Amino acid sequence: MSNEVMNSNRRRFLTAAATVVGGAGVVATAVPFISTLTPSARARAIGAPVEIDLSDLAPGGLKIEQWQGKPIWILRRNDADLSGLEQLDDKLRDPDSEVEQQPDYASDKYRSIKPEYLIVVGLCTHLGCSPSYVPQDEDHSLGDDWLGGFFCPCHGSKFDLAGRVYAGVPAPTNLLVPPHKYLSDTRVLIGDDSGVS
Amino acid sequence: MEKVTQALNGLLGWVDDRFPLSKMWNEHLARYYAPKNFNFWYFFGSLALFVLVIQIVTGIWLTMNYKPSAEHAFASVEYIMRDVEWGWWMRYMHSTGASAFFIVIYLHMFRALLYGSYKKPRELLWLTGMIIYFTLMGEAFFGYLLPWGQMSYWGAQVIISLFGALPWIGDDLALLIRGDFVVSDVTLNRFFSLHVIALPLVLCGLVAAHILALHEVGSNNPDGIEIKKNKDANGVPLDGIPFHPYYTVKDIVGVVVFLIFFCAVVFFAPEMGGYFLEHANFIPADPLKTPEHIAPVWYFTPFYAILRAVPNQLGGVIAMGASTVLFMFLPWLDRSPVKSIRYRGRKYKTALALFVISFITLGYLGMQPATPTFTWIARFFSVIYFAFFLLMPFYTRTDDDKPVPERVR
Repeated sequence: MSNEVMNSNRRRFLTAAATVVGGAGVVATAVPFISTLTPSARARAIGAPVEIDLSDLAPGGLKIEQWQGKPIWILRRNDADLSGLEQLDDKLRDPDSEVEQQPDYASDKYRSIKPEYLIVVGLCTHLGCSPSYVPQDEDHSLGDDWLGGFFCPCHGSKFDLAGRVYAGVPAPTNLLVPPHKYLSDTRVLIGDDSGVS
Repeated sequence: MEKVTQALNGLLGWVDDRFPLSKMWNEHLARYYAPKNFNFWYFFGSLALFVLVIQIVTGIWLTMNYKPSAEHAFASVEYIMRDVEWGWWMRYMHSTGASAFFIVIYLHMFRALLYGSYKKPRELLWLTGMIIYFTLMGEAFFGYLLPWGQMSYWGAQVIISLFGALPWIGDDLALLIRGDFVVSDVTLNRFFSLHVIALPLVLCGLVAAHILALHEVGSNNPDGIEIKKNKDANGVPLDGIPFHPYYTVKDIVGVVVFLIFFCAVVFFAPEMGGYFLEHANFIPADPLKTPEHIAPVWYFTPFYAILRAVPNQLGGVIAMGASTVLFMFLPWLDRSPVKSIRYRGRKYKTALALFVISFITLGYLGMQPATPTFTWIARFFSVIYFAFFLLMPFYTRTDDDKPVPERVR
């Protein structure tokens, strides 16, 4: 042991240096731990487009398919449904679809490429439940002026036949229109719209 | 006989020289002095520990037959129920244990509200307890996905979406929790990992911290009087009795009574009419169809009712979060010089009664469909719920508290 006075400056420097280097190590080690939690290459690959045949879908009918694990609704609307959409503007939160919940080619009042077919992701924009399709002529408790649409059983959000959200319900935005394109009159591809817009 | 005793004492001495066995025994049991006036409400701490043991042991056994994959999970639970010897018992013990855990914890927390157990010097005791409660909520949520039934699936979808509703970070956070773009096999597998390893480890550590904090400051009691203020010549509190054997024996009685109720549920009503095991969860998860009526298990429904009462997405999520987090601030919101309800004035008594009524009513409403009438009732009681906390500094400071005696009754 030497009798020299302890060099407190040197000690402080070594402590600080060790803390900084050690801290950098901890931060670097966080990278693999957090990265492992993100979607894997396989999970990312499953999002491939799906092709859907519409030839067996009758007017007023709803077809539910799956894309990226999510329910995709294809609703075939009749003329009465389409004219009903125009009477609702003042009851809706975003009647003109100003929030970007749809590709440009589906931003008209019908929120679709072909007015006849509504194609949306069937998950409520509130907390992700799948709403139920409630046509106008079916038994329901949604009031006499209900023109048909979608009702979420979880928290009571309502959407019209264009997937537009009613005002005064918990869901903040209209239902999401996925990217899609028609391959023929009755075949549609969900998840790919290359060459359309 | 004398020789055997001598040999055992020798062995104990040998151990004590190398490990603080007698020291720990004395500090935490034989010479830990607890107030002599504990009543009914003081059973629930030891009962919570007992339920934790039930959950860990039955959980280990369930893990031996459960398969954490979207393809096999539902079938493996059915396999446990039908083909594994006594598998039904193991699962019903675990599922009933989950609800029992929350019943016991809510009564344990209510005890703290009755007798001011969160007040100085027990703030950290209360905070460790609250963190245990939050961890337990996570543990219950992760575990509920594992049977992969309809309610498991859509319940997880909704709760994860709550995090997705946060501004800016929401979407990425939800993606990080799920590990996939929807609730999927990946989500199930990681929830399994969190449910059987991560959170139980954290829980055990926190329970140890909770008990250490308790034994540092000493237990509160129904009179809310610090027994450490009155000690005899040896430094033993005059109103204290050794935890062992007095309270160990008392707590065993509590365990026996608890087991009567617990076994009645396990053997005669394991589903508890859909409250402990929800009916929709007997249908395998279907990502394309939400059940007609979905609600969380009963222990989350008060907060769920608050979520639904707010007609704005982010506002609802914030209100729901606040309704649980506010408990943590109780030690600082409560300005009364008196701890126990026995010496509090009318204002706190009224406030606590209203709070209990609103908590139970919200719990009921959270299980019901969100009709307009129910939503308005939920809004009314949500306001009372929050008023209990936010107005507390005012009504506790001006309350007509009674004088507190020197010694416990």
